[in-house]
Amino acid sequence: MNTDLEEIVNFSVLRVNEKRIDAHNSPALKDQILELIESGNKRIVVDMSAVRFVDSSGLGVLLSGYRNAASCQGELVLSGLQPQVKSMFELTRLHRVFKIYPSIDEVTGQH
Amino acid sequence: MNGPNRQSEVSIDVVIPNQTRYLDLVGEIGERVCSEIKDYSGDRVALGYNLNLAITEAISNAIKYASGPGSDKIIKVSIRVFEHELSVTVRDKGQGFDLESLPLPDLDNPTGAGLGLFLIRNIMDQVDYRRAPSGNVLEMRKGLR
Repeated sequence: MNTDLEEIVNFSVLRVNEKRIDAHNSPALKDQILELIESGNKRIVVDMSAVRFVDSSGLGVLLSGYRNAASCQGELVLSGLQPQVKSMFELTRLHRVFKIYPSIDEVTGQH
Repeated sequence: MNGPNRQSEVSIDVVIPNQTRYLDLVGEIGERVCSEIKDYSGDRVALGYNLNLAITEAISNAIKYASGPGSDKIIKVSIRVFEHELSVTVRDKGQGFDLESLPLPDLDNPTGAGLGLFLIRNIMDQVDYRRAPSGNVLEMRKGLR
């Protein structure tokens, strides 16, 4: 799982540099998010601008990250969802669970 | 003509090891097939994404339930394009599962469980699953309107 981690203002921004999140690479993303949470990062942004495809395992990993962050009094939000990816969140109603922002700048207030 | 012997316009058969690294490859084949369908007036991008997703979820399921005696570690995927319908068949020789007994996801209190089959059922028009001594067969159909 190719990702970049950057600190922007008070946010830990995890950029997913993959065109797909599926059952092949989602376990690695799960580990990376869990590591961030266990390292004490409370405000996590998963930026999905490069992701054009996500399957049920990808959705499950993001949901797991959201719940784990919340259980540590933290927050995990999403940014940069492409239209087809966003439609997956709507179909599964997960758009009601996550805070979803158009871009990282919208999350960090840099726009 | 809706019988099993009707002539398909496109017919692609792929045999892969039951490993998740091949999800991308076969899903992309399905998506490319959609971009080549003649005379389709619907949302071609959405159709391609959905077929990619249905194939990805179906192969993932076959891999998930692959263990057990008789598993020959390969998965066969057949994609057919007919005049008014797309058909994808995924065959494996794993232990299989009971389609009807799998729980539906609780979308009001989501846990992530059961989302794969939920997605397949939502994006395809008809989903059938058969377990037979010769192997498991998941058949998914989508009308082309």
